[in-house]
Amino acid sequence: MTDRLLITLTVNGEEHELLTPARRTLVDALRHDLRLTGTHVGCEHGVCGACTVLVDGSPARACLMFAVQAEGREIRTVESLAGPDGLGDLQRKFSEHHALQCGFCTPGFLMLAEGFLADNPEPTREEIREAASSNLCRCTGYQTIVDAIGACADERRQACGAVCGRSADNPADERSRA
Amino acid sequence: MKPAAFTYHRARDVDGALDLLAELGDDAKIIAGGQSLVPMMNFRLARPAHLVDVTALPGLSTISTDEEGLHIGPLTTHRAVETAPDSVLGADHAVLREAMGWVGHLPIRTLGTVGGSLAHGDATAEWCLLAVLLDARVVVRGPGGAQRTIEAADLFLGFYMTTLAPEEIIVDVVFPKPAPHCALTEFAERAGDFAAVAAAVDLDPDADGTVRGGRVVLGGVAPAPVRVPEAEAVLQAGGTAGPELFAACAEAAEAAIDPPSDADGSSDYRRVLARTLIVRACEEAVAR
Repeated sequence: MTDRLLITLTVNGEEHELLTPARRTLVDALRHDLRLTGTHVGCEHGVCGACTVLVDGSPARACLMFAVQAEGREIRTVESLAGPDGLGDLQRKFSEHHALQCGFCTPGFLMLAEGFLADNPEPTREEIREAASSNLCRCTGYQTIVDAIGACADERRQACGAVCGRSADNPADERSRA
Repeated sequence: MKPAAFTYHRARDVDGALDLLAELGDDAKIIAGGQSLVPMMNFRLARPAHLVDVTALPGLSTISTDEEGLHIGPLTTHRAVETAPDSVLGADHAVLREAMGWVGHLPIRTLGTVGGSLAHGDATAEWCLLAVLLDARVVVRGPGGAQRTIEAADLFLGFYMTTLAPEEIIVDVVFPKPAPHCALTEFAERAGDFAAVAAAVDLDPDADGTVRGGRVVLGGVAPAPVRVPEAEAVLQAGGTAGPELFAACAEAAEAAIDPPSDADGSSDYRRVLARTLIVRACEEAVAR
């Protein structure tokens, strides 16, 4: 079908106009139209989580959303994690804790963890395990991924010290301070 | 795979959505969170020629309470219910919040919606079980804007079939009665998978701990979520809330059901699972 739609996507704070078929999933639009290939495509039916991105701050499967449906929403991909000084704190923790081997699932896990920690800055190990169960990794056995997410939460908490304490009303603020 | 091509329509209000549905007929499908529909489209199990996107409809994602009961807008996400405070959900509906942990995984719950789940009508879906358990009323609008209310007991026909007409849209879901002693539990091989069996109970205990009645609903044992009258009769006969009563209730259910055999488990396995899960759900419900 030749049906193409002109849509505007806000990805990592930048607006992009693209002409795309209605059936284009968000993950394919990110990769093929915007050339943001950090987000990976795995199962295409919502099971593996390799395509996880943030939609309005919450982790979501980019293979289970059509690009056109993402109009008007804030999309964040793994490309947003690193800063001018290199890897972001979450990415560094994944590296330090050997939370990846082949790396295919890593962008999905990073965005899952980024959204999860924004919502729950002081998770228990059990809560991290529960969240991590959303995505599949065939290499690590998950323990190191859980370690890395926990270590990132610890570091962010220490970095913001007593200011944000236990009752972080606004996790986003906390993150920017960290 | 990639989904088959379709034409996309974004509805601005309920009337607009109804007009589109009436005009496009059977070739159109409503899409909300898409967490069930898009996988089916990616597998090409569903190939709608038109999608009517209802996610932009205003006012359909609020949770509120009035004399009718608890209203949950159909576009409310599972995650919004999971994170709703008591002040919004009401202390007597905590079961809804706690059941959300069983709905897929976090990234599914952030997009999937209550109305979408009910309209999809999966026999193991948590919202379908909860609706039957708590006599939810599903308010829909159809051609010409006509409104009707479908009792949850009349909604599910089985195997993803509901009594919703293709040109109707859910506009409200009402939970009319408080549910202080309810629980839902389930079992799947992996966390977040569709349940092999799901069990939900609503107990009616006295202050002194005597059960005077209750309701038992199972998912995964029939083409639609089902009440189990034989198990409810045990609760109705009454007794002290505890292992003896719960076991009797669960055994009555085990004997009464005739679940299917498939990749998720044999019929016998599902019967035993149902027994175990009913006991667990009763224990959780009475502990509230």
